[in-house]
Amino acid sequence: MSKGFSTSSVGRKVLMALSGFFLLFFLLQHFVINFLSVISADMFNEVSHFMGTNGIIQFVMQPVLLFGVLFHLGMGLYLDFKNRAARPIKYEMDKPSENSSWMSRNMIITGIMVMLFLGLHFYDFWIPEIVDKFIDGKWDEPTKYFPHLVHKMEDPIRVGIYCVSFVFLALHLLHGFQSSFQSAGFNHNKYTPLIKKLGNLYAILIPLGFIFIALFHLLSSH
Amino acid sequence: MDLTLKVWRQKDKNDKGRMETYPVKGISEHASFLEMLDVLNEQLITQGTEPVAFDHDCREGICGMCSLYINGEAHGPDRKVTTCQLHMRMFKDGETIYIEPFRSKAFPVLKDLVVDRTSFERIQQAGGFISVNTSGNTQDANALPIAKPMADKAMDAATCIGCGACVATCKNSSAMLFVAAKVAQYSYLPQGQIERKERVLNMVDQMDKEGFGNCTNTGACEVECPKGISLEFIARMNKEYVTASVASEK
Repeated sequence: MSKGFSTSSVGRKVLMALSGFFLLFFLLQHFVINFLSVISADMFNEVSHFMGTNGIIQFVMQPVLLFGVLFHLGMGLYLDFKNRAARPIKYEMDKPSENSSWMSRNMIITGIMVMLFLGLHFYDFWIPEIVDKFIDGKWDEPTKYFPHLVHKMEDPIRVGIYCVSFVFLALHLLHGFQSSFQSAGFNHNKYTPLIKKLGNLYAILIPLGFIFIALFHLLSSH
Repeated sequence: MDLTLKVWRQKDKNDKGRMETYPVKGISEHASFLEMLDVLNEQLITQGTEPVAFDHDCREGICGMCSLYINGEAHGPDRKVTTCQLHMRMFKDGETIYIEPFRSKAFPVLKDLVVDRTSFERIQQAGGFISVNTSGNTQDANALPIAKPMADKAMDAATCIGCGACVATCKNSSAMLFVAAKVAQYSYLPQGQIERKERVLNMVDQMDKEGFGNCTNTGACEVECPKGISLEFIARMNKEYVTASVASEK
């Protein structure tokens, strides 16, 4: 690898795409596991317990995921700062909507909103889990996951925040999915239209599915 | 047509600059945009005001000299045309038209609507060429067979006239469509293979040094490009860059 790869504009773009691919894959598996909570509490507990106690997932995948999230956020903010600096004097009259989508121009806004949501999400689920295991030493609680999820989803304000956040996630993915392929150097006259369609489906169905899960548990608890 | 023009005036590169308002009357709808500016300048000279400086050369849409950000879009509201090929019939009688220079840190304003685009030339000099011995024994280009689809792709990329509309349009002032076109056109041809890897590395390196922003794939450049250069070439440049970086011995 050339020395300047990670500091070049193209290299950074490719790294953003690779971290994006990883987060897309993570989101899909997160959705599948969450959806189990709608089908069966036992199944959800079983898979969550496995994810929460498996050594490879806990000590390899989890740090990789944390790095991926922080890298995607940090690099996104840094590139946005650099990009703003590349045009110090703005236009008096500008019509960006004539040539590009709102989603593509506002990835930093939708991305920051998703990251703010992640703060709440970590506070709700990830931090209690870390405290349980690494501070209190309680590793073997295979049935705690479903009641904890239901307890959190009882609060309509929290569910409301979750639902709004998933809308921002959808807006981010509507551009991010297909943009990752373009950045990684994949653009093909036959496959790119398919990737765009698949990206739109993913960007709408996955957040919609998360909204469904949150509302399902809210309504079930009342 | 009677129009109100809001034009960016800037004495020199150190001046802060400001928008000035000029009314123009009796413009033919068949006139080109630059001809309309010629009329404005005649009017300003008659009034004893300094005419508006703007770039132009061939006025046939092929040289890449004319620029201008017109009513919020590079080369104005029409598609796949340069400012010199933009006609006044695209505007309405009585309309107010904003005319600004291309804005980018890498395109500093020299005077009024004229910007310094030599950053593009420095990128070209970094690798946008092939080294050929022209001692008199140059091989006939037709002696090298090139598949028609490859020749067509190379030609599509080579239609880039380097006007800078991509930079002006991109919300990040990214020059990637221009650089990608220049990298891609040689990557399809046998003549371009020898310097293929160092070309993309050097051109991207120079692009970054010039202070252009990063591409975020909004696709605005492709829409506003007067030659319709495709985003496909940016993806190809990204791929070329990764491949060259992996193979690089530096």
